[in-house]
Amino acid sequence: MVEFALPKNSRIKKGKHHPAPAGAGKTRKFKIYRYDPDSGDNPRTDTFDVDTEDCGQMVLDALIKIKGETDSSLTFRRSCREGICGSCAMNIDGTNTLACTKPISEVRGEVRIYPLPHMPVVKDLVPDMSNFYAQYTAIEPWLKTDSPPPANTERLQSPEDREKLDGLYECILCACCSTSCPSYWWNGDRYLGPAVLLQAYRWLVDSRDESTGERLDELEDPFRLYRCHTIMNCTRTCPKSLNPAKAIGAIKQMLMARR
Amino acid sequence: MSIQTPLARVRYLGSAKEGSHHWWWQRLTSLMLVPLTLWFVASVWWLVIGGATYEALQDWLSGPIAAILMLLLIGAMFYHVKLGLQVIVEDYVHHKGAKWTFLVIITLGCLVGAVAAIYATIAVAFGG
Repeated sequence: MVEFALPKNSRIKKGKHHPAPAGAGKTRKFKIYRYDPDSGDNPRTDTFDVDTEDCGQMVLDALIKIKGETDSSLTFRRSCREGICGSCAMNIDGTNTLACTKPISEVRGEVRIYPLPHMPVVKDLVPDMSNFYAQYTAIEPWLKTDSPPPANTERLQSPEDREKLDGLYECILCACCSTSCPSYWWNGDRYLGPAVLLQAYRWLVDSRDESTGERLDELEDPFRLYRCHTIMNCTRTCPKSLNPAKAIGAIKQMLMARR
Repeated sequence: MSIQTPLARVRYLGSAKEGSHHWWWQRLTSLMLVPLTLWFVASVWWLVIGGATYEALQDWLSGPIAAILMLLLIGAMFYHVKLGLQVIVEDYVHHKGAKWTFLVIITLGCLVGAVAAIYATIAVAFGG
């Protein structure tokens, strides 16, 4: 549903300020969204002054430094620190991206960090991804065939057909694109969103898959697919420089081709 | 409050297996409306310069090309308006009752508007 203001219990209050320790070098201000469901308090934004001369260059480095040295209760997901796991997706400086591949130097002024937009917040920067993952499950992201696999070899694919998966298989399902999409904000319960639709297309164009028609049947829906109005927020924000809007356009073309 | 798995909520009522028709006609009608609107504005401009008399209008609209283009404009425009407003309601209105009320008003409103405009065109083209 369209919401122009946050509900009362989600309004963000001013939080604490944690100055850098004495003797720190050049510092940067980090303004970070904090929410603790156990306290019953409204969310707040805490400000941390981080000594950038004693810190790695990415935003994730600063978050880890804050958690390690200033406030151990700061909660966020992270794992690979090299943009391949998609865990540390968050809203940094107004754009959804991965904290581990976003250099602090690219942000001007204070570094504002919020969880992915319009998702239920579990704690601090950790959003509830249940709906997103269920949508991924719903498109059945695995090879579906009726023909038995050839004896002694894998299922073959020509190099040309394999090339069609480029720009799709790289998606790490960080959800930066889906949570940047207004259609997903207002109708995320029914609209599948750019990330899941890009994944759906990845299986639609796989030459080895034998259920393209059934997959298209499941997608042809005013809400599941056609909530996309091609505003391209997904493509702009993708930290892997992929193009979900193009994949969605290609799905619409496939639906036209079979009419 | 309902205890359901996220997957049950996502699958919900299943796919409507439609939407392509809507998408296609929205694009087709917008394509039609570009030349038709330019033609309409130019024609009205020409009639206004000529003194904006009813006789001139009737003379113009009783020609087959003008009448056919006018009927196409009416059809394309009202259908395009219906499709476009429907998308806006589906995007932003989530209250079930309000949504269906809006959709009924939009659909019937556009239908009535189109029929009235077609009747007016024919009346002017053939009548006095």
